[in-house]
Amino acid sequence: MGDAELSIDDVRHVAKLARLAIPEARLAPLRSELVAILGHIAQLQAVNTDGLEPMAHPLPMSNRLRDDIPGTPISLTDALMNAPRRELDFIAVPKVLGGESA
Amino acid sequence: MEDLVSLRDAIAQRTTTARAAVDGYLTRIAAANPTINAYHEVFVDEARAAADAIDTKIASGSPTGALAGVPIAIKDNIATRLGRTTCSSKILENYRSPYNATAIERLTAAGAILIGKTNLDEFAMGSSCENCAWGAVRNPWDTTRVPGGSSGGSAAAVAGDLCAAALGSDTGGSIRQPASLCGIVGFKPTYGRISRYGLVAFGSSLDQIGPLTQSVRDAALLYECLAGEDPLDSTSAVHAVEPVSATLDDSPRTFRVGIPSQYRKGNSPAVDAAVERATDLLKGMGATIVDVDLPMTDVGISTYYVLAPAEASSNLARFDGIRYGHRSTAPGAKDLFDLYAHSRAEGFGVEVQRRIMLGTYVLSVGYYDAYYRRALQVRRVIKQEFDAAFAKCDVILGPTSPTAAFPIGGVTDPLAMYMCDVYTVNTNIAGICGISLPAGLDHASGAPLPVGIQLQAQAFAEPTLFKIARAFERASGPLPARPPALTPAA
Repeated sequence: MGDAELSIDDVRHVAKLARLAIPEARLAPLRSELVAILGHIAQLQAVNTDGLEPMAHPLPMSNRLRDDIPGTPISLTDALMNAPRRELDFIAVPKVLGGESA
Repeated sequence: MEDLVSLRDAIAQRTTTARAAVDGYLTRIAAANPTINAYHEVFVDEARAAADAIDTKIASGSPTGALAGVPIAIKDNIATRLGRTTCSSKILENYRSPYNATAIERLTAAGAILIGKTNLDEFAMGSSCENCAWGAVRNPWDTTRVPGGSSGGSAAAVAGDLCAAALGSDTGGSIRQPASLCGIVGFKPTYGRISRYGLVAFGSSLDQIGPLTQSVRDAALLYECLAGEDPLDSTSAVHAVEPVSATLDDSPRTFRVGIPSQYRKGNSPAVDAAVERATDLLKGMGATIVDVDLPMTDVGISTYYVLAPAEASSNLARFDGIRYGHRSTAPGAKDLFDLYAHSRAEGFGVEVQRRIMLGTYVLSVGYYDAYYRRALQVRRVIKQEFDAAFAKCDVILGPTSPTAAFPIGGVTDPLAMYMCDVYTVNTNIAGICGISLPAGLDHASGAPLPVGIQLQAQAFAEPTLFKIARAFERASGPLPARPPALTPAA
């Protein structure tokens, strides 16, 4: 892939999709690294894959369903023990609507 | 330095105790870990208590398991209720798992003692253990060099005699490559053979847990204890697990060893010499050597660096600072989006962010077909090449890594680092099994450094793989040198 095919704006857009607040100063070096890696990966285009089904999984497997029997869930204490911020038995987060902080 | 099986037998026969074994390892860890940095956390009190409980059981004649009393180190991306599970990442610095991985449940059910959690390249992304939030791990053979990665802490702990054996995980070579660089045995089972429940997901169609050990019989025993279907992992294989330990020492009768010409490119002379010597040894045991063709060998890295980052970008989306892990307190983190983006940018290291970016890109609109779909098609080509090769041979022989351990800081270009795994990624891409075995020493840089060979076998061909690995180990003998750090002070 040529340099022109991945712009700084593209990197910024992918960072947004990836939910990563990448500092502005890091965008240009990151772009060069990605261009180098994508340049190498371009060798995939030379492989003849005509008529081949994509192989998502190494082994032939189909969905396996278990019987619908209730199990024991983890306790509330366990479920909340890693929460960065709690209020009572809830995980506290910033306000989802309106952009105001919680 | 004894292997796990001899220690287990000595404990069972009461010529030593589990407590003495634990105390021995704890003493060596206290001396070596400040330099080697294999462990992030050591379970001093818990390991002693577990050892005392096993010793009491043995003394009273109560039945114990196949791993009774042996201290085992756990790669820190495998969930344990004991201690923390950090993946060597700041984003999980204080994370405590509310449950044990199935592999941990099976180890402890067999009587094993968890002695500590080992460092890794953050989220298992790396081949040197330099991408570790808790500092680089050092190779016990030469502490200026890397132990390999990503299971470098586990490999260094086994090579440094800081545990009887260790668990690692292998997504593209992360058990086998560090085993090779540290002069020990590292085994990646067939995909689905060992439950992934509780293994922090990196590339879900590639990840496998496996053992790093002193000997082939140790790897075989741990495999038997860990393998088998798990209702908690719907991708675990339903095939019955054939016992391997009991017949390990039976000489393989006639067997065919395939050698691909593509495995002879760009290796260091000592690596090529080790493969040649292994070929001669196997020939001496009656193996027929056959040429096989794996033209996709060096396309594997390109395939892997589409598939693994794509799967990782999806798997690592769960680390968002909400339910667990690091949450940003930056003033910019006002709304939910910014809270995610800042928490992730602060918590993930450089290599993890690079791979999330790469994975997000190859899955994004307009690029999916060119990269991701294409890579999945090439994956099929790679699988078909292995199928054709295994029609002609029982195992494929080659190097594990193109070189011995390199200096810390010696490989800085990400792409050059990815190339370390040229001989190991295709095993995962095709879902087959592979084992790295100590096979020689490289004296080119002065002090001896271990070199490994790799044997690969078809999916679920573990019984054949272990038998041939054991036959090689017997013929090859122990490495003619040991890590200098191991020389007893007195």
